[in-house]
Amino acid sequence: MGRFVDLTLNGFTYGVIYAAVALGLVLIWRATRIVNFAQGALATLTTYIAVSLLDRSVNYWLAFAGALFAGLVIGALTERVFIRPLYGKPDLNPIVVSIGLLILVESIAGAIWGSGDRGFEPAFSQIGISVGKTHLEFSHFDVFVLASVLVLMVGILVLFRWTNLGLRMRASAFAPEVARLLGVRVGRILTTGWALATFAGALAGLLVAPKVLLSPNMMDPILVYGFAAAVLGGLDSPLGALVGGIVTGLGISYVGGYMGSSMETVGAAVLLIVVLSIRPEGIFSRPSARRV
Amino acid sequence: MKLPRWLRLPTQPLLRHLLLAVAGGLVLYVITLSVSQYDNLELAEIGWYAIAIAGLSVLTGVNGQISLGHGAFMAVGAYSAGLMMEHFDLPLIVPVLVAVGAAAVIGGLVGLPATRLKGPYLAGVTLALAFAVQDLPNKFSSLFNGDQGIIVNPPTPPGTVPAERWLAWITLFGAVVGMVILANFLRSRFGRSLRAVRDDEIAASAAGLNPARLRVLTFAVSAAAAGLAGGLFALWSGIVSPDSFSLFLSIQLLAGMVIGGSGSLIGAWWGALALVYIPEWTQNVSGHFNLSAGVKANMQNAVFGLLIIVIMMLAPSGIQGWLRSLWSAIGRLARRSKGDSDQAVAPLTSTPSPERISP
Amino acid sequence: MLEIDRLSVAYGPVRALTEVSFEARDGSITAVLGANGAGKTTLLRTITGLVPAKEGSIRYDGKEIAGLAPEEVVRRGISHVPEGRGVITELTVEENIRLGALWRRRQPDYQEAIDRAFALFPPLESRRKQSAATLSGGERQMLAIARALAAKPDLLLLDEPSLGLAPLVTAELMRIIRELARTDGLTVLLVEQNARSALSIADVAIVLNLGRVVASDKAAALASEDELRHRYLGF
Ligand SMILES: Nc1ncnc2c1ncn2[C@@H]1O[C@H](COP(=O)(O)OP(=O)(O)OP(=O)(O)O)[C@@H](O)[C@H]1O
Ligand SMILES: [Mg+2]
Repeated sequence: MGRFVDLTLNGFTYGVIYAAVALGLVLIWRATRIVNFAQGALATLTTYIAVSLLDRSVNYWLAFAGALFAGLVIGALTERVFIRPLYGKPDLNPIVVSIGLLILVESIAGAIWGSGDRGFEPAFSQIGISVGKTHLEFSHFDVFVLASVLVLMVGILVLFRWTNLGLRMRASAFAPEVARLLGVRVGRILTTGWALATFAGALAGLLVAPKVLLSPNMMDPILVYGFAAAVLGGLDSPLGALVGGIVTGLGISYVGGYMGSSMETVGAAVLLIVVLSIRPEGIFSRPSARRV
Repeated sequence: MKLPRWLRLPTQPLLRHLLLAVAGGLVLYVITLSVSQYDNLELAEIGWYAIAIAGLSVLTGVNGQISLGHGAFMAVGAYSAGLMMEHFDLPLIVPVLVAVGAAAVIGGLVGLPATRLKGPYLAGVTLALAFAVQDLPNKFSSLFNGDQGIIVNPPTPPGTVPAERWLAWITLFGAVVGMVILANFLRSRFGRSLRAVRDDEIAASAAGLNPARLRVLTFAVSAAAAGLAGGLFALWSGIVSPDSFSLFLSIQLLAGMVIGGSGSLIGAWWGALALVYIPEWTQNVSGHFNLSAGVKANMQNAVFGLLIIVIMMLAPSGIQGWLRSLWSAIGRLARRSKGDSDQAVAPLTSTPSPERISP
Repeated sequence: MLEIDRLSVAYGPVRALTEVSFEARDGSITAVLGANGAGKTTLLRTITGLVPAKEGSIRYDGKEIAGLAPEEVVRRGISHVPEGRGVITELTVEENIRLGALWRRRQPDYQEAIDRAFALFPPLESRRKQSAATLSGGERQMLAIARALAAKPDLLLLDEPSLGLAPLVTAELMRIIRELARTDGLTVLLVEQNARSALSIADVAIVLNLGRVVASDKAAALASEDELRHRYLGF
């Protein structure tokens, strides 16, 4: 029973991290109908930036914010330089380019910071909390993880729902041509979307790095889980990304806990194949879910 | 016994493919005789790379889909062949055929959801597979021998043929035969149906074709080619372990396809050449500079990443596409119109699809 | 004033417009008529930059606008209500209208223009917070026009506003368009299948056939040319 509780808590924490990755994928998919397979690699890059700042004894939270800001900038640059020339080209081209970007960014990170593992200091203690007599595998850092993804999600929802930028983003996603006729500079909106998406990925990187070790391909499996989460949520809905992330996190945690950690990736692959065979539009997507 | 329809081929293309294969085979044969044993090992490597890339190319070329995990199907083939050879003493052809069959079956299963899915979904699923396949051998350690992997004894050459040359002959022969089968597959009525489905699914269904079944079948065929590559790889490498089938292998295959020209079987050979010689070349070049070990270690991957991106942006139909346009330019100059050189049409071109926006 | 001079447009090998020339004076209503496939929609889409012009020029207030992106054309005071209305059903009525005005949100009369757009179409007022997907066809057309007007345009391009509307609603719509031209000095380019009702409010009209201008005259004069009416306008 205690183990089940621990696995559940663990699954929840990882789940919201996957949700942050999924959110990034969803933001880009909604705006440009592209799945950004380089999202994880970009997040690794921003996490290394945080580490570099910390190595230069920059204040922890400043380094944290620096990495998030780097996410915004790198996302915007990626869209401008690598993705913009591909709009209007066959669907496969951006997939291939994003994979090229994945390997390029990871090897650049490896060249600069070395290919080996290194630790990343957590913001809060990673020692489990005790409630009464029971000791939980759930730490203050995990609380921080939940809280920061919650803030991210609420922030994105508020942005979409109640700001002019959000209105423009939704219009550009649903009806790009009409949006342009109404004076929306859709090109800039797309750049903004990529910036926000990479920001979400950067947060995921900062949150997961203390839990796993930081290495150039740290985010590879996380990206796959995030993709599974996004697909589960319908790829189109930020809320779906959250639910999909938590379900994926729990699923992977139980599979890893009861069947061995080498089954986690297998579980994700099976989950994807089954979900897509049964309901290609995602489990949690209803038509209304499109309206954020 | 009656052969299935797509095996009963119109005679003319079959003849042409066979002639091409024999000519190509002869050239390769002469090369294997005249180069060093080290070069022969590289030729063998080119062989299995080429057939793996060809499989990927068929998927992209006629299905308009992409796999980011074709290394996984190579793993299926390599492990099947490796296990067969470990436990039974059979003529080489048997484990290689088993490798092909196993990869085809797994490919068919994975391809099932692909029937209804567009590019990015299948790409994600196959990416997940690329990871899963690395972890499975650890889970079933007693069968696959975990991280250690399975040792495969090198094939014994007849008479005085050096082992390396014999290996080159086997892999190249396997690759060429695989190519001929793929070429015929694409030329068959079946291949035409596939292209019809790719170009206009609704019209194709109206004409009585079953797009879903055709897609699964292509995916199986494509995986089977990767399985063949895996079987040949097992012979070539002498060991089958999870390390050999990292995500990087799948990305390399993708790079090979993009470099050579997606959708083209001849392009697969250019791609294979690139995969074998680019790392060697980057190593040589970086040796001349005073680079740190970290930079050197990552150089090869960076070059592949950059190549994929640059080619997709500037010349999305790759080397073969470039050669083809060169050829037709020459043809125009010579006032001789002769097209029809290769099988599938590359979909990774610069033709805009009308529904996408260009801000 | 909108001046179009020898404008040609092609979709690949398909010629859609060939040497189209005409002018629309400020405050006038110009009806653009013609059969299906005549090139009417293409003409409007070229003016707003959704389709590139192959040859010729489009001048507005003396400045060349051919080659500008749609989001810039609207900033020159040209609003386009596209064929099929282009209401964004994932947004609410109010969001649709606000979106149309958003690019001028720093103008002092930003809110006033939005309020005016609502005031012009009372049914929209009571449905402000409703999803645009719940509107009827006529209400959607109102929304599309209100949204275009919220940008305070000087030139309004309307692509078949009467499509799918009941005759009474069409008449009401035409009355409002006429009114806007009279009182606000709005210039209107009105593409219509329904030639009779378009001619009833237009000052001048041009008739397109297979991408060429085959007639252009005062609306009343065109309406009385039986031969032309029968041949191109079908009434
Ligand atoms: N995107 C496109 N690609 C290719 N051809 C097009 C495209 N859009 C329009 N055409 C062609 O251009 C010609 C003019 O089309 P257009 O839509 O301008 O006609 P229209 O006068 O608006 O017709 P309708 O009254 O039916 O709306 C037609 O022959 C049409 O087939
Ligand atoms: Mg039209």
